[in-house]
Amino acid sequence: MLFTSYEFIFFLCLLIGLYYIIPKRFQWQLLLISSFVFYYFSGWSNLLYISVTIVSTYFVSIKLNGLTKKQKAYLKENRDLSREEKKVYKEKIKSKRWGWLLLCLIFNLGILAVIKYTNFALSNINSILTLFKMNEISYVNLLLPMGISFYTFQSMSYIIDVYREKYEPERNIGKMALFVSFFPQLIQGPISRFDDLSKTLYKEHSFNAKTFSFGFQRVLWGYFKKMVIADRIITAVLTITKNPDTYDGIYVFIGMLFYALQLYADFTGGIDITIGIAQMLGIEVKENFIRPYFSKSITEYWRRWHISMGTWFKDYVFYPLSVSKPMLNISRSSRARFGDKVGKRLPVYLSTLIVWFTTGIWHGSSWNFIVWGLLNGVIILISQEFDPLYARFHERFKVKGTFGFRLFQVIRTVLLLSSLRILDCYRDVGVSFRMFVSMFTKLDIGVLFNGSLLDLGLDVSDYIVLVIGVIILIGFSLLQRSGSVREKIANKRPVLRYSVYILLFFSILILGAYGIGFDSNQFIYNQF
Amino acid sequence: MKNKKIISILIIFLIIAGLYVLLQSLLMPKYMTKIVEGALISEYYHEKNKDHDVIFIGDCEVYENFSPITLWEEYGITSYIRGSAQQLIWHSYYLLEDTLKYEKPDVVVFSVLSMMYDEPQNEAYNRMSIDGMPLSLTKLRSAKAAMMPEEDLITYVFPLLRYHSRWNELSEEDFKYWFKKDQIAHNGYLMRVDAKPVDTFPKPRALADYKFGDICYEYLDKMTQLCKDNDIELVLLKAPSLYPHWYDEWDEQMVDYAAKNDLLYINLLDYLDEMGLDFNTDTYDAGLHLNLAGAEKTSVFFGKYLKDNFNLIDKRNDPELKALWDDKSAYYYNMEQEQYQELEEYGYLLKFNLKRTEEK
Amino acid sequence: MEELLEILEELHPEVDFNTNKSLIDDKILDSFDIITLIADINDAYDVAIPAHEIIPENFNSAEALYGLIERLLDED
Repeated sequence: MLFTSYEFIFFLCLLIGLYYIIPKRFQWQLLLISSFVFYYFSGWSNLLYISVTIVSTYFVSIKLNGLTKKQKAYLKENRDLSREEKKVYKEKIKSKRWGWLLLCLIFNLGILAVIKYTNFALSNINSILTLFKMNEISYVNLLLPMGISFYTFQSMSYIIDVYREKYEPERNIGKMALFVSFFPQLIQGPISRFDDLSKTLYKEHSFNAKTFSFGFQRVLWGYFKKMVIADRIITAVLTITKNPDTYDGIYVFIGMLFYALQLYADFTGGIDITIGIAQMLGIEVKENFIRPYFSKSITEYWRRWHISMGTWFKDYVFYPLSVSKPMLNISRSSRARFGDKVGKRLPVYLSTLIVWFTTGIWHGSSWNFIVWGLLNGVIILISQEFDPLYARFHERFKVKGTFGFRLFQVIRTVLLLSSLRILDCYRDVGVSFRMFVSMFTKLDIGVLFNGSLLDLGLDVSDYIVLVIGVIILIGFSLLQRSGSVREKIANKRPVLRYSVYILLFFSILILGAYGIGFDSNQFIYNQF
Repeated sequence: MKNKKIISILIIFLIIAGLYVLLQSLLMPKYMTKIVEGALISEYYHEKNKDHDVIFIGDCEVYENFSPITLWEEYGITSYIRGSAQQLIWHSYYLLEDTLKYEKPDVVVFSVLSMMYDEPQNEAYNRMSIDGMPLSLTKLRSAKAAMMPEEDLITYVFPLLRYHSRWNELSEEDFKYWFKKDQIAHNGYLMRVDAKPVDTFPKPRALADYKFGDICYEYLDKMTQLCKDNDIELVLLKAPSLYPHWYDEWDEQMVDYAAKNDLLYINLLDYLDEMGLDFNTDTYDAGLHLNLAGAEKTSVFFGKYLKDNFNLIDKRNDPELKALWDDKSAYYYNMEQEQYQELEEYGYLLKFNLKRTEEK
Repeated sequence: MEELLEILEELHPEVDFNTNKSLIDDKILDSFDIITLIADINDAYDVAIPAHEIIPENFNSAEALYGLIERLLDED
């Protein structure tokens, strides 16, 4: 069930109706059932995959907790043990716990890896085999269960946190299953943390008109972004990127900007729907975006775009990796060899690149994404290196903080990240780079004015809708800087307030790119 | 305070509903020019006197080939054609079911050409056959039976969901007929006076299988049953159109079916000479459809057939009915005259000046 | 504590670590700084700060950080 399908809307209305009618203590159970129903619609085998993850994670979480308790009880009972003896015992329990955690991680990430990367691995092996004129291995036919990357990451963050004793594990397997499978975030995140989500997920919620209508407004806003903007412009993006031989040069630039708009509207719109639905149910899901296109550097952008993914990689990959023993050893030896200045950076840089490699491959099993991830890492490192240079520049020219300079920074960042995303659009790394270069070598500005833009599958009225849409998006973000837009509208006179929402509703209904004539396309982030 | 809140919510819902209805009627196709056959289905429901002796159901082979005005003038038979473009048998069945909610005719004439299709063909024709019906379970059942894989049932409840993307192709016509449409047919008959003679015909190609689909028989059975239950005589009819080709194997199946179910079946292609049809002058598109002259000739013949077989009373002496049909006739002859004038002036009919090749 | 302050000042000479209590919240220390810091602390105190201790509360001030180091030393 896609968010934009009639089935989903129907499902949602039914659920929300029931949710506020049934006794409140059953609310979370209703959510659990709905989540499984939602998942069932994408195929029952998917249900199997997520159940395996839930059960294995639950089992290990209880096991880990049991070991901690055992250790506490043992130490309490045997107070008179020497420090050494205690240490030995602790080590024993620790290694047992580590074993269980590792088992759980390998098992679940293994499922993800096998399903997601087998064919990618095979294709790489095959290209080597062809090099040696050997027979190719045939590909396997594995369907990627919906949202597997998201729920796997979410349950892994849970098990690692339990291992780290950040919180007690959830003893009710139903509640734990709801945390992993909570349907609004199943398709495309965010990757919630248990300590955040559990605060409101299992609570009894009575109907609150303001929260409910705010949630509903956010859902509408999400649908607007997704259906009026993203699903409209995707036609042009696909026309350009699927025909690189026809559309190179300035078209690549146009496609790149269009894709930036499409991805933003689609992904943030989807998240708006997710958070809005949760809010209608009285549940708080953390924000995943903070006006990312207003970022002044790539580093900042990654703190504001798909935040739950960024912090996941930071907390569970970057930090553990950087402070691991081997990395600290590398740090020590590199400092000894290359001196303090270079030596200190080496481990951090190494971790950064590894994290960006993983981030890349998490986005998709192809070299495009690996190169994309690594380039992001490289840019972040380069800007880190240039820091002193920037400092000197700003000392000399007092432009820092001026509106013009900030605007320049924002535009530069958007252009930079959009050009990186070229890798996201074309079929392989070679074509992507060729297209990138063609932007500079085949710059035919005339295309912009000779009507060729109308051959991309959009007509004049579509462009008008898009321009107005973009103006609304930018205006909305500008307004949002000083606080919730919904709150601001809620303070206006009723007539104005309701007019805004009725207008929003009908613009989705009329201008939305849905139904016969428009291809139903899935959320871009589904596949990840 | 609470009351006030409820009232304001109510008002908002009314505004939304009102806006929805307005936008929907604006965005739905009007079918007032070019593809006028799209307006046929809904026209029936505006008919003041829904009490007919005979109801025709079927595709263009009825709404282009028979003229209720002629049936009235010649025999005093009141009739209505519930026809629509490429009406398939499930459309026909549910359309009949819907019609029976309003009236109980003595005779139902079903055009059997659609037996050749045993699966949905085209979304546009689904819309034309179903959109015009008022919302009811019958309509939804019809849609459910007729939908192409890419269609959604809900769009038949809320047609705006289907037509919303017409916002950028709205024309003057959409605004002109926003709230009220013209009458375009004569008790379901779509008039055309122009002529285009038959020249050569593609030789009918041999089919792998001549047997009509099971699903078609299923609906034909249902239709037979529906008529029996309502004491209505069902007549199976093959209209005198030369194309699509009506195979002998198909004809035999209909003869058998009629015999088995004690129905009348008439293939008018067997009576071309008796009717006096001349395919040089009586068709407007080289044999697919008849023009006015052809339709009148067919009606004269078929009216007699109905008279001979069923006990249909001549109602021309009923003053109320006479007044009603006089109006209809006036409109009919008026249009005929207009069409001839247009033909003289422009060489073609303004309403139909779009080439329509895909339509059958 | 002295040694820790030295390490911190080497990293960001412009910050007064005695008074600043919101090093993370004000984005003075970024993730690169934190990693460098942990490596330095590892060298100076021979204590390994595990990944799950990398939370704002532990890094917001020199004092808190020193508290963390002492706690870890004690646990050993």
